[in-house]
Parts: sequence; structure tokens; C-alpha cells
Amino acid sequence: MTAPTKKTELDFPGAGALREAGKMFALGLDTTRAMFKRPFQVREFIEQCWFIASVTILPTALVSIPFGAIIALQLGSLTRQFGAQSFTGAASVLAIIQQASPIVTALLIAGAGGSAMCADLGSRKIRDEIDAMEVLGVSPIHRLVVPRVLAAMFIGLLLNGVVSVVGVAGGYFFNVILQDGTPGAYMSSFSALAQLPDLWISELKAVIFGFLAGIVAAHRGLNPSGGPKGVGDAVNQAVVITFLLLFFVNFVLTTLYLQLVPPKGM
Amino acid sequence: MGVAVEVESLSKSFGSQNIWGDVSLTLPPGEISVLLGPSGTGKSVFLKSLVGLLKPEHGRIVIQGTDICRCSERKLYEIRKNFGVLFQDGALFGSMNLFDNIAFPLREHTRKGEAEVRRIVLEKMEMVGLIGAEKKLPGEISGGMRKRAGLARALVLDPEILLFDEPDSGLDPVRVAYQNQLIVDLNAQIDATFLIVTHDIGTARSVPDNIGMLFLRQLVMFGPREVLLTSTEPVVEQFINGRRIGPIGMSEEKDAATAAAEMAELQSRGSFNEAAVKGGHFDGIPPQIEPTSGLPVRKAVQRRKDRVMQMLHTLPRPAQEAIVSSLTREEQARYGVFAHVGAGAPMAQHAQGQQTVQTSTPYARPQDAAPTQNLRPSPTRRDLPQGDVANLPQDRGQHHQ
Repeated sequence: MTAPTKKTELDFPGAGALREAGKMFALGLDTTRAMFKRPFQVREFIEQCWFIASVTILPTALVSIPFGAIIALQLGSLTRQFGAQSFTGAASVLAIIQQASPIVTALLIAGAGGSAMCADLGSRKIRDEIDAMEVLGVSPIHRLVVPRVLAAMFIGLLLNGVVSVVGVAGGYFFNVILQDGTPGAYMSSFSALAQLPDLWISELKAVIFGFLAGIVAAHRGLNPSGGPKGVGDAVNQAVVITFLLLFFVNFVLTTLYLQLVPPKGM
Repeated sequence: MGVAVEVESLSKSFGSQNIWGDVSLTLPPGEISVLLGPSGTGKSVFLKSLVGLLKPEHGRIVIQGTDICRCSERKLYEIRKNFGVLFQDGALFGSMNLFDNIAFPLREHTRKGEAEVRRIVLEKMEMVGLIGAEKKLPGEISGGMRKRAGLARALVLDPEILLFDEPDSGLDPVRVAYQNQLIVDLNAQIDATFLIVTHDIGTARSVPDNIGMLFLRQLVMFGPREVLLTSTEPVVEQFINGRRIGPIGMSEEKDAATAAAEMAELQSRGSFNEAAVKGGHFDGIPPQIEPTSGLPVRKAVQRRKDRVMQMLHTLPRPAQEAIVSSLTREEQARYGVFAHVGAGAPMAQHAQGQQTVQTSTPYARPQDAAPTQNLRPSPTRRDLPQGDVANLPQDRGQHHQ
């Protein structure tokens, strides 16, 4: 062997994880930069939006109805014990809009949309399509990743609205019909405690989660560990990594929100 | 005319695993070169490095004055427009039909109207014989057609450098023959620099102007086809003839004792006959494939002749003889060489220190004693020693009466 084999990569426990995290971050930056580059791939964006919406709308609705119900039932029995029944509506609405809705949205975007996106990119990678595209002088990030990530963000935003409405309606149904709450108390406590920034943070979370789900799916999809099995593993990793990341980021965002935005007084 | 690709002491590893190191070669502009090597020696990695898909750790790849290992992303995308690459399975975009696949680079990089795009795409599809299949999806056609469609897409931006990753894998022998003919025809038509990565001996024997070989993490040899086809270097000889006996083992390298025992047996027998030779057994140098009649002459042929005749004195003796005897009588006179004599008498004494094929061989070879087999690289390339080498056309008549 005549080549000098200089060791360029540091090796310590956890180095691999750090390296991957760094690469993912770099992909996030590259994608953000490429978002502003012309020409924008309108067609791909619309196709991806349609695809993600079609695989997520129904499961999201089906998940959000029982989710709203659980919160309503749980809180309902709790609040009745110390006679604050009239606040059930407010509490369940806040929980759904601020927490449940963006998380449910993101889980479904990652689980249904992101996994399909990751598998699609991964199979293109092992068929050399991505390499071929690069060799033809077209950046796969600009051409494939940007429309997918934007679609995940956009659909996340819209889906979050759907989940909020369906979840609140479900909570209303269970509170009023099954727990003998009054519609007036549900509504008045809602407007007494909820404020507009709650909706903003909810939508902001949904957009950020959509971005994360898209980036993680793209990163795993573009770097499968070789062969068709690698693609399967990559999809699996993409979903798991997204979930872990989502709950952590959600924790950070919620903390920031509660510190920065004063709760509405009674 | 295509552009030259200069590779200087290139090394690539994945993690701690060294793929190959210290590879230096120059792909002569407009000529067809083949890179041979047993499976798993990193031929495809080399090809991917040439287009900047992989970054080698050391060394340089210079194309049109730019080192593509170090240049910016933007510059790299710019340079890549000079490249056409045919991937192993064509690497067509599965969601587009053949027409859109081939039109893709045009639509991305040029502002041509749809009529113009259509004209160019159909022209390239005709070149590779795919007329009538425009509306087919890549999943609906055979492997050979996918390769040709990939080739048409690689051709559409009129590349200066065309790289083929195993164009003959997965094809039957007849289709391989057609494909090889197509490659030679294309070279005659577009006069670009071609590099074919393969392990098919038939292709290596009949298509290229130059052959290189990768083995054991290094470039064993790179030079005019005659040099490798007449080489007595054990690895090269074994590979070119497709036999089991030699340094190449099933996984990669044989242990030295086995190899030595085999070589001894081979020499005691004087010759060998092995039934399981893929592609048959060959003797001598087979003729190169000519472009189909009606197409322009390959300009590379004349350029190569001039280039090879300039470096003739640096080549090993059997290669010299093969080259000289491949010339017509007229050409021999023009370059001032004679068949079966070499390039004049002074050649013999000169040959000892000056055998400079690009090579670096780690193997001890039994023939090393013979002076004309001495294949060590010379540290510097000397100017043409006037008078004792083949004459170039300008000083014709000086050496022969």
C-alpha cells in the first residue's frame, strides 16, 4: 500500500451519532438555502402535497376524535371531583390545540408521509437515480428534497387545523352529550382561557414538526446503508428518529411558549 | 475533440478500509480507455470519483484546469455538464417515460423550445436504436434497452467525457457485441473521451485504445492496448486470459505459496489448457473494432498513432513489435520503423533504463532478469532522444533508405 493512510475521522463512543446528527443538520441548512433558489419545482410540490394529504387526512381524523374524547373524559371526571366542571371545555381545548393537535399531525406526517418519502428517495438512491441526477448537473436537494419538505410543512399546517377542529368537536360531543356538561359552560370557559397565541404556537409547531419530519426522512432516504434491506432499515430509522426529535422539540417549544406568553387572566 | 482527464496520485478509503491508493493516469483526449479489474477492486468507486460523487482523500483530478476534488459545489455542477455517465442499470428516472428521461437534461439546462428538444431527443434515440420506444416506462423495457436509453440521456448534452460503468454486465454476448460496436461508432461521431469500466475481457480486447488495470488497491498498469495485451505481468496476463493460475484468487489475493506453486507448474508444463476460460482463450492481439462503414473515421486513431509512436521507445519490446506490425507499410515508412526490428538498432541498448509504461508493480516476477521486461517507472520523462527512436513525420526519410 503506497497511499499514506491518514486518520481523519475522530473515533470515540457516540462519535457516529454526532456525525449523523451533524450531517442531518447540514442537510437542513442546505435545504433551507435551496428553498429560495429558482426555479421552484411547483409541479413536484403539488404532487407531494397531494400525496401526503391523501395518506394522512383520514388516519389523522380517526386518531384525533378519540384523542379529544380521552382528554374530555379524563379531565371531566377529574374536574367534577373538585367542582370545576365548568372548566372542562377550556382545559380540553387548550390541551388539544396546543399539544395534541401538532403532535398527532406530526406523528402522522412522519409515519405515513415521511416513511413513504424515505422509501421513495432510498430506492432512487440504490438505483443510482440520485447519482445520475447529480451527474446531470441537477441538485437532488433542490429538485427532490425541497418540494418534499415544503409539502410536509404545508400539509402539517393545514392538517393541524383539521385536527384542532375535529378534536375540539370530539371533546364537545363527549363533554356535552356523555358527561352532561352544558354547551354554554364549555364555550364560555373556552373563550375565558384560550387566546389567539395558543393557535399561533400550535400552527408554528405543526410547521416545525413538518420540516423536521421531512428533513429526517430525506436524510435517511438519501443515505441508505446499501441494498434494498438498507432502504427498509432507513425507513424504520427515519420514523423512530422523527418521533424522538418531535417530543424533544415539543418540550423545548412548550417551555419557551409558557415562559414568553403570559397566560390569560380570568 | 474531448478533453483530457488527468489523475494524480489519487487515494480513496472508506473509514479505515483503503480502496485504492496512488492512482495516476491520464485519459488521452478523444480516445477510448478501458479500466479493468477483478470484481471488488473499486472500479466503480474510481468512476464515481471522476465525476465528483465521491471525494478521494488524496490526490487530484484535473479536468480543463480545475481540480474537481477541491473545487466548489457550484463549479463542480458546472464541470459535470461536460460529463455523460452511463450507470450500470441505466439509472433512468422510474417515474418518467423514456422520452422525458432523455429530455430531462435539456429541459433543466437549456432554454430550448419543445420542438428543438424533441428533435435532439429523437436524434439521440436514433443513434442508440430506440426509435419507437419513447412512451415506454423504464420498468417496461429490457435491461439492454435501459442501458441504451441511459446512454442516449448521457449523450444529450454533447458531453466531452463519457464514462461507462460496466456497459456489458447482464447482456448476452451478441448484445455485448452490438453495444461495443455502438460505443466505437459513437466515439467516431462525437470524438469525446471515453472511459469504460468493465471486467469483460472481450470488450477490453476489442474496443479500447488504452487499457488500465486495478488490482490490490493500486493501478497495476495503464497504457496503450498493445502494452497490456502483450504483457507478461502475471496479474495482467492472468486477467486478460481469464485463467485461474496467477496471483488473483477467488476472494482477492492468493497466498504467495499457492501462487508460486501454480506458476512453477505452469512453467514446467510450458503451456496450459484450461477449459473454464470465460470468453475463450486468446492468442496475440485481436484487431480493434472499426466504426460502421458510412460513419466518419475515428479521429482518435491518428492522434493515438502519433502519440504512441512518440513514446514507442518507452514501451516493452513485445508491445513495440505489436504496434509496429499493426502499421501499414506506408505508415512504417512514415514513422521510420520496420516490422520485427523495433525502432532501429540503437533501441536495444536504450531500452534498459527507459521502460516507462505507467506502472508500479509489487510482484517479484521470474522474468525480471530479462532487460526488455524491465517495467520500472522512470522518475522523469525524458525528451525524445533524437536519432534513436521512431521518427515523427517531420523527419521522415532520415532513417530508412
